Amino acid sequence: MSDSSAPATSGSAAHDPTGAPGAALTTADGVPLKQSLNRAIRRSRIKALLLVAPLLVFIGLAFVMPIFDMLSRSVDNPEVSTYLPRTSEVLVDWDGEGLPEEAAYAALAQDLAAGLKARNLGRVASRLNYEKSGMRSLFMKSARRAGRMEAPYKAALIKADEDWEDPDIWRLIKRESSPLTASYYLAAVDRQFSPTGEIVEKPEYLQIHVSLFIRTFWMSAAITGLCLLLAYPVAWLLATLPASRGNLLMILVLLPFWTSLLVRTTTWIAILQQQGVLNDMLVGVGILAEEARIQMIYNKTGTIIAMTHILLPFMILPLYSVMKTIPPSYMHAARSLGAGPITAFRRVYFPQTLPGIGAGSILVFILSIGYYITPALVGGQSGRFITNFIAYHMQTSLNWGLAAAIGSILLVVVILFYLVYNRLIGVDKVKLG
Amino acid sequence: MSVINQFTASFTTSRPGMPLRSLLAVAVAAAGMSAGAAQAETLNIVSWGGAYTDSQNKAYHEPWEEKSGDTVVNIDKSSNALSGLRAQVQAGNVTWDLVDMLPSDALIACSEGLIEPLDPDTLFAAAPDGTPASEDFIENSLSECFVPQIVYSNIVAFNTEMFPEDKQPDSIDDVFNLEEFPGKRALQKKPINNMEWALVADGVAPEDVYEMLDSEEGIERAFAKLDTIKDSVIWWEEGAQPPQLLADKEVAFASAYNGRIFDAEVNEKQPFSIVWDAQVFELDGWVVPTGKLDKVKDYLMFATDTQRLADQAKYISYGPARTSSAALVSTHADTGIDMKPHMPTYGPNFETAIPKDDEFWADNLDELSQRFNAWLAR
Amino acid sequence: MFCVLCTLIFLFLIGPILVIIPLSFNAEPYFTFSEKMLSLDPEGYSLRWYQEFFTSDEWMRSIKNSIIVAVCATVLATVLGTLAALGLSSRFMPFRNTIMAILISPMIVPLIISAAAMFFFFSKLGLTQTYLGVILAHTALGIPFVVITVTATLSGFDHSLTRAAHSLGASPSRTFFRIILPLVTPGVVSGALFAFITSFDEVVVVLFIAGPAQTTIPIQMWSGIREEISPTILAVATLLVMVSILLLTTLELIRRRNERLRGLTPS
Repeated sequence: MSDSSAPATSGSAAHDPTGAPGAALTTADGVPLKQSLNRAIRRSRIKALLLVAPLLVFIGLAFVMPIFDMLSRSVDNPEVSTYLPRTSEVLVDWDGEGLPEEAAYAALAQDLAAGLKARNLGRVASRLNYEKSGMRSLFMKSARRAGRMEAPYKAALIKADEDWEDPDIWRLIKRESSPLTASYYLAAVDRQFSPTGEIVEKPEYLQIHVSLFIRTFWMSAAITGLCLLLAYPVAWLLATLPASRGNLLMILVLLPFWTSLLVRTTTWIAILQQQGVLNDMLVGVGILAEEARIQMIYNKTGTIIAMTHILLPFMILPLYSVMKTIPPSYMHAARSLGAGPITAFRRVYFPQTLPGIGAGSILVFILSIGYYITPALVGGQSGRFITNFIAYHMQTSLNWGLAAAIGSILLVVVILFYLVYNRLIGVDKVKLG
Repeated sequence: MSVINQFTASFTTSRPGMPLRSLLAVAVAAAGMSAGAAQAETLNIVSWGGAYTDSQNKAYHEPWEEKSGDTVVNIDKSSNALSGLRAQVQAGNVTWDLVDMLPSDALIACSEGLIEPLDPDTLFAAAPDGTPASEDFIENSLSECFVPQIVYSNIVAFNTEMFPEDKQPDSIDDVFNLEEFPGKRALQKKPINNMEWALVADGVAPEDVYEMLDSEEGIERAFAKLDTIKDSVIWWEEGAQPPQLLADKEVAFASAYNGRIFDAEVNEKQPFSIVWDAQVFELDGWVVPTGKLDKVKDYLMFATDTQRLADQAKYISYGPARTSSAALVSTHADTGIDMKPHMPTYGPNFETAIPKDDEFWADNLDELSQRFNAWLAR
Repeated sequence: MFCVLCTLIFLFLIGPILVIIPLSFNAEPYFTFSEKMLSLDPEGYSLRWYQEFFTSDEWMRSIKNSIIVAVCATVLATVLGTLAALGLSSRFMPFRNTIMAILISPMIVPLIISAAAMFFFFSKLGLTQTYLGVILAHTALGIPFVVITVTATLSGFDHSLTRAAHSLGASPSRTFFRIILPLVTPGVVSGALFAFITSFDEVVVVLFIAGPAQTTIPIQMWSGIREEISPTILAVATLLVMVSILLLTTLELIRRRNERLRGLTPS
């Protein structure tokens, strides 16, 4: 924000910028100056707020509310209590020991028959099948016979399927009949409730999300590191060259920045694939044998190369804008005082670029852990990120609650880094080309 | 059915108040038609795209457009049909009128109340000899909310040029045999079919596959077998990929829907051949989103009759789901080749076929997908 | 040594984008240089992929959609964003930092999360599979860029100019149109360009909330890459590189003009 020059008060007060206390100054029309000043400030404040209001309302409706909606979805658990209303009510009083009483079985038989008739039983069956395989057919099969069942319902249901004799299934229904659930978050970190209600790790063959989170973080860290390594010399060159040549080279940085993400991803596919440009070149010059073509894409390497390329400008630009402010005379002074080039760089120049390094690194890291398109297209199996699993649960497994839970965890991580960034640099200082 | 139509149609339907002029145009057009003809409508029909949608266009949509004046808009979203239906029903804004879906998804959609129950004998035409629809469709193929069109098959195909002429693969074991049949394999990135094939290749009889898969031992056995080829597999996600990968010789084998391979063989003259051993066959058909039955009733009656189902088999090698249609299957519309040997249900192709167990997968897909993904990531 | 290093890095930055241009003129349906191309044989080159692009209904429709969505989203984002930036640059703006952080958040939240969230929320409102839904979503994504660039322009703004205009008797609207607007225009235009390219290039949100009728160029490319890679995509990519060169040049011209104008105002 601007500074110094003049206090930006409204016209009437500006004639006396000091506003000295004690002397009861008044404006031309006799109002005490202080009061007039306050009124003017209030008016400016309201004016400023009114200008921002439409956008704030828009972002609130089109962005913030959707985000909160997603957050609420990650714990929302309406299925069992809505579609098995009688059963959930009866189970409230059940202590979870042994099997529930006849009343619970009777309520369940009624709920099943009603749910089949209203054609919404599938929703609760789908929900419970996420927790335990086989629940879907258990519900649908029993429901088809529930209409003809007679008391005692306990015997009738167990006759329909002996799984109803399993206390674990009843505990599961009781647990998931509460309107909020932690199971999506547990699933997002490869945990689950044991039948007795403790939180335990999932069997190893079902664990996937934690390792994907870890992979996302370390690969993003690697990409950030690579970007820093490549960006530092380039930013230095740009900052020290005379403006005319610097501007020309700057275009080489800005062009990729402005080029479509899909275009850049496509080019890497063309270059890196086994029948691609780079392999062809290496085979052509005889470095590689025809059969020894290297698999450089559809794996971690592909993701890292393509994403480093895509995110590099986000590192160069903040570094450049910091380096631009460092006067060359500092280095000259250090050199003339007898420091070697390396010492001068390490002790004088490098420390002054730290803000740029911080800004660029956090920015690249935040952008990287949230990337979806590039890992999905060039990552193969081993180069995918956790974001690819959000998409998978949204579109393929249809477990939207789990997608929301994974998304919320990722969101929290991003927001933490965003806050650090904001504290260090300030969001409005983001440099855009 | 042109894409331009599709564009303008969707544009006008997405606008709430039709401009007066286009209302007038419609009124004039309607008046010009024979008295009693219903007002022309736009039907948003969701299907699989590619060669399959082409065959539906020729066999169902184009004749229907001519007959009724309706416009059919094709939407290639069947691979995400269940999530699309859930979202639209939840929004109370269903834009799809008819959806082409697998029976396993239809079971779930039906139990969640997303689609309409269909009474076969009032909604579908009887066979030409008078057999009611409920008896004319293949046994057990109709379900509460689902009417099948075709029997299709998941098979593994190969590029014949990748293997010596005297040593072409012919069984599912060969797909898992990297030594004698080297090269990459393209398999669909989901547990369905792959687990079945792994067990058969490991010596389980086709009829015992699902019993085996229902046990921990069977699952481990299937994954262990898949482990043996894991490093040579390229996993595909879109139905258009396998023929492409085979044609580019990126892979030696690719799992695919048999119709896509047939299409590439016949229409693009690709040197492909199908390993029919252990084909996993299933049905595919129509479901009607809740609230849309009145709108698509007439179309549905037309598109599921004996002649239309037989017509579709002129364009793609999927078996018609009506017994009365099977007898009418003849030759390919463009090339005149005999369609019968290309059908999944053709005797020699069908010997070791596995009927996909929808109920097994409805129960176990959630967990086995998770396990499959964890296995992939390892 | 250092020069070699920098050259290599610049090559890494720009090389891939340049490689795609000759490849798009390949006469063969491959993603690599054929022998004829390398020997500069004219037969190795052709315009067939461009022809395929311009004669394809699907591609033409997606261009139309991309432009409709990007233009509407840009206009909305620019108007709302500029107004807000004017408010934000007032030093009396309460909760300035918090509000700024909220307005910038669409740029920081990973797109896949925004996409999922908008999918859930917009489905409830019946906005999925509509042009309006996509436009609103893209407006939200473009807004941070407008807010950032316009506030940046205004932060160097000399407020004594408005006071001078005021004291010389200009009405507030006259002051706005004659003094403020010409000075913030460069910021507004570059913000609008950013908003435009954000929408024009956006895949993830469209993937989740658009219907087939709203297919845009990036979606068409996305499914092209996933399904059957045809060099048509390279032709499209080359054209898109041209678009970005055009935008970049415009932006550079604005920056120069801006610097010239700034030079005239007392600091």
